[in-house]
Amino acid sequence: MLTILLDGVAYGMLLFVLACGLSVTLGLMNFINLAHGAFAMVGGYVTALLMNREGVPFLLTLPAAFLVPAILGVVLERTLYRRLYGASPLDQVLFTIGLMLVAMPVAAYLLGDEPQQVHLPAWLDGRVEFHGVGVGIYRLFTIGVCGAIAAALQIFLIKTRFGAQLRAAVDDARVAQGLGIDVDRIFAIAFAVGSGLAGLGGALAADVVGGIDPSFPVKFLVTFLIVAAIGGSNGIMGALFGSLMLGVLDVAGKYYVPSIGAFIIYAVMVVTLIVRPQGLFTRGEGR
Amino acid sequence: MNAPGAAATMDRLAAHLRRRARWRWPETLFWLAILTLIFALPSRAGIINEVLIAGLFALSLDLILGLAGIVSLGHAAFLGLGAYSAAILASKGLAEPMLGLAFGAAVAALAGLMTAPLLLRGGDLTRLMVTLGVSLMLGELANRLDWLTGGADGLNFSIGKLLGRFPIDFTGQRNAALYSFAVLFVLFVIARRLARSPFGLALAAIRENRLRADALGIGAGRRIVAIYTVAAAYAGAAGALLAETTQIASLDLFDFHRSADVMLMLIIGSAGYLYGGLIGAAAFIVLRDVISAATPEYWEFWIGLALIILVLAGRERVAAAPRRLIALIAPRAAERGAA
Repeated sequence: MLTILLDGVAYGMLLFVLACGLSVTLGLMNFINLAHGAFAMVGGYVTALLMNREGVPFLLTLPAAFLVPAILGVVLERTLYRRLYGASPLDQVLFTIGLMLVAMPVAAYLLGDEPQQVHLPAWLDGRVEFHGVGVGIYRLFTIGVCGAIAAALQIFLIKTRFGAQLRAAVDDARVAQGLGIDVDRIFAIAFAVGSGLAGLGGALAADVVGGIDPSFPVKFLVTFLIVAAIGGSNGIMGALFGSLMLGVLDVAGKYYVPSIGAFIIYAVMVVTLIVRPQGLFTRGEGR
Repeated sequence: MNAPGAAATMDRLAAHLRRRARWRWPETLFWLAILTLIFALPSRAGIINEVLIAGLFALSLDLILGLAGIVSLGHAAFLGLGAYSAAILASKGLAEPMLGLAFGAAVAALAGLMTAPLLLRGGDLTRLMVTLGVSLMLGELANRLDWLTGGADGLNFSIGKLLGRFPIDFTGQRNAALYSFAVLFVLFVIARRLARSPFGLALAAIRENRLRADALGIGAGRRIVAIYTVAAAYAGAAGALLAETTQIASLDLFDFHRSADVMLMLIIGSAGYLYGGLIGAAAFIVLRDVISAATPEYWEFWIGLALIILVLAGRERVAAAPRRLIALIAPRAAERGAA
């Protein structure tokens, strides 16, 4: 029981790190980025390749798994994405599907179709017992790292000047712009951080999902979208609660009622969207 | 406004609608060309059949996206429903193809009618997500009900002869193509009639500005539900055709990539004038065959690249290109076509 709950929380935390960038881009610019998973894939590949080919320890690869997709994100945002702000959702969907379709064969061409495994170091493998409850060490590690990231993001958003500007821009980009906030720059930074976090999430998730392969962006696209849809586009906490709820429901559902399995999360999403089209954890009526 | 004036206005409107609905010679040529292709290339009947079915599927998306402006990322839900309905019916012994076709379309229409109210709330993003969610749920359902659907193995079945005489399985690929052609043509004529009717004009008003359409007294909700149901029936018919001519219904029919592919087909051919889906489907499938013959693994890359360029260059401008081409060849026809 507790094991399942912890597994669910760990999975939810992973989902949060993977998807929070998506929530932010969605909230900031109403931009639907279906290619978000491609950044996660890049992060996963960075970790897998650094470990397998260069022998870099797991922990040291994580900063790289953040930085490479973040830089890639900035470059793409400045050159391509920004042309589509304010375009119709259909155009955005088509464009980002296009990006995703390009990213997957490129990965397959460069690295092959086989999943690239991330072999966890020995100290993260195995289980510990707490009062008779067995918990995987890596689960605890994931919860710790992702929880720290969530806390850091939240503090960053609440306490810093940049965070306040970001929140202002999310609430109303036009008024924020009128007040002299450089929304353009804020968006570029937020996009980079979101892409980087997706990469980090991809690296952390690589072991859980059985290695990173070129179909990763499309396999997890739906999950990301559900997190963004349930959490709403308003800030970090919505995305966090959304992903935790999803993680726990998914793991518990697959364990207790395997006969309906993946059905649960889709049903939750559809019901959520019907009852509250703007997301469960959004203040007010949304936009 | 006095009565004679109103009557004159009505007459002018009716004349305008009739003029819009008139068949033009490039259209007749288009359909004759397809028919000729089926007879001229019997060895390619399989791929022609595939194109026709994909074209019908894209036409169904055009009904909601092109006419009413409703975006969907889950149109495969109805393709899969239609396919499985026809397949289950045939595997239970009712193997007459036309019966399966009608049944598949009816089941899909019912599902469309039931899910359409979900589309009335929220913005485009909500609609994209809800349609996607519905298609994934149905796919999961088909996976779980394996006593009925065969689960992950798919459902193999044998199909009866069309009208009791013409085999449409792999021994009669040309018959299959002709069958699909006939279904596509009939449904296209109905869709064309719908698009040119007052109902079609009301949908265009909803697409351009829903708020204003509502203010004008055009009940948007009712009409969106109606066109979504029709589109679902069309997609169901496409699914039934696909299942009957391949004798298999598989889970991949519900996949996200089906919904994405059909969107791409429609966008390649450009939405809103009904022929776009058919042209896009032909271009998409021929392109896929050519590219995957050269580089089997990486054809997605080229589709993706084409999409990015298409969006960055501006869909409207790209879509206007063929119309300008027609204008060069036959100025009068293009003028009337645009009216």
